Amino acid sequence: KCPLVVSRTFWGKNIKCVCFYRNALLEADINKLGFSSPAARKTGTTICGVVYKDGVVLGADTRATEGMVVADKNCSKIHYISPNIYCCGAGTAADTEMTTQIISSNLELHSLSTGRLPRVTTANRMLKQMLFRYQGYIGAALVLGGVDCNGPHLYSIYPHGSTDKLPYVTMGSGSLAAMAVFEDRYRPNMEEEEAKRLVRDAIAAGIFNDLGSGSNIDLCVITKGKVDYLRPHDMANKKGVRTGSYRYKHGTTGVLTKAVTPLNLEVVEESVQTMDTS
Amino acid sequence: MFLKYCLKDSVPVTGLCPQAGSYGVQDSLRRGFSSVKNELLPSHPLELSEKNFQLNQDKMNFNTLRNIQGLHAPLKLQMEYRAARQIQRLPFLPSSNLALDTLRGSDDSIGFEDILNDPVQSELMGDPHIMTEYKLGVL
Repeated sequence: KCPLVVSRTFWGKNIKCVCFYRNALLEADINKLGFSSPAARKTGTTICGVVYKDGVVLGADTRATEGMVVADKNCSKIHYISPNIYCCGAGTAADTEMTTQIISSNLELHSLSTGRLPRVTTANRMLKQMLFRYQGYIGAALVLGGVDCNGPHLYSIYPHGSTDKLPYVTMGSGSLAAMAVFEDRYRPNMEEEEAKRLVRDAIAAGIFNDLGSGSNIDLCVITKGKVDYLRPHDMANKKGVRTGSYRYKHGTTGVLTKAVTPLNLEVVEESVQTMDTS
Repeated sequence: MFLKYCLKDSVPVTGLCPQAGSYGVQDSLRRGFSSVKNELLPSHPLELSEKNFQLNQDKMNFNTLRNIQGLHAPLKLQMEYRAARQIQRLPFLPSSNLALDTLRGSDDSIGFEDILNDPVQSELMGDPHIMTEYKLGVL
């Protein structure tokens, strides 16, 4: 659905709700005609994050759904916020994409202004203030993780603007399956390989037990000074390979009769029109 | 106690009244379709809060400033805002509002108002002569 449109030159006096009017009018008419309005593309998703000894591991599946149809078999749900901060997004795909891009831009401007590497808590506060301002109408549920001067941090941010700072978080439709894996096997100060395996297994649980999640597993390992963006980390659902060829050989169909009719065409007029490519 | 001041000063609803063009009727060409319901109730639950967002933020900030530093602080700031607001280009040209942005501190932040509805890409433009005459009060 179209967001509100604000004109900056008049400092908030010129809110144009035209898109909302138009959508309301269209929806009333469309339902009368028997059609249904288009569904928003969501990322029915499993995303999760875990804090380990040296940093943060973020994981996500790669399926984007549009109602009951898979819209994108390999979409990227781990978004870049800053060189040391990444954010996984669940909910409406456009909302998570635009929100993370806006916050990434703001954080870049902020870090240029302060002259320091941005902190995860700054990104968290910017996101939570923006989402609360729009009262949940921006459907973006995010898992924000990164390493800054104070160590590794992991936050989960809900569409209405509440946040939690925790050592392990999951979001999305497959969050319960992933959380079950975390609750069973999480322990503080894990090693990197163990943390990656834990996140991989949590996302796999979401992929195999939730219809809204599927395809591959992406991981992002963030440590002080280094980011490993592993896409794909694990192709859990490879597309099948056809074992035989279904093409028929020439001559399979027998020809009974053949009739050829030549069309006598003659050129009447030929004119050249040059395109205006200036 | 502070919160009571802030909420009471919240700017009330304006701009939901019918937008009469010339001849006292809704100008469909310039302002779009109208309906009685849309003029009585907000068409989007966030319409009112977004319309007044900047004003409410300013009210809250000025209140805090007044409580911390005394009455002179918000008065001086508001005087500067008033002066910066008058730095505009001709009526039909888009102004950058650079001084105002710097005062507000919004020159290093990007929001929806910068991405969507960019005035440079606006599809509407007033006739320069008419707009200048209107501004000068000659029309």
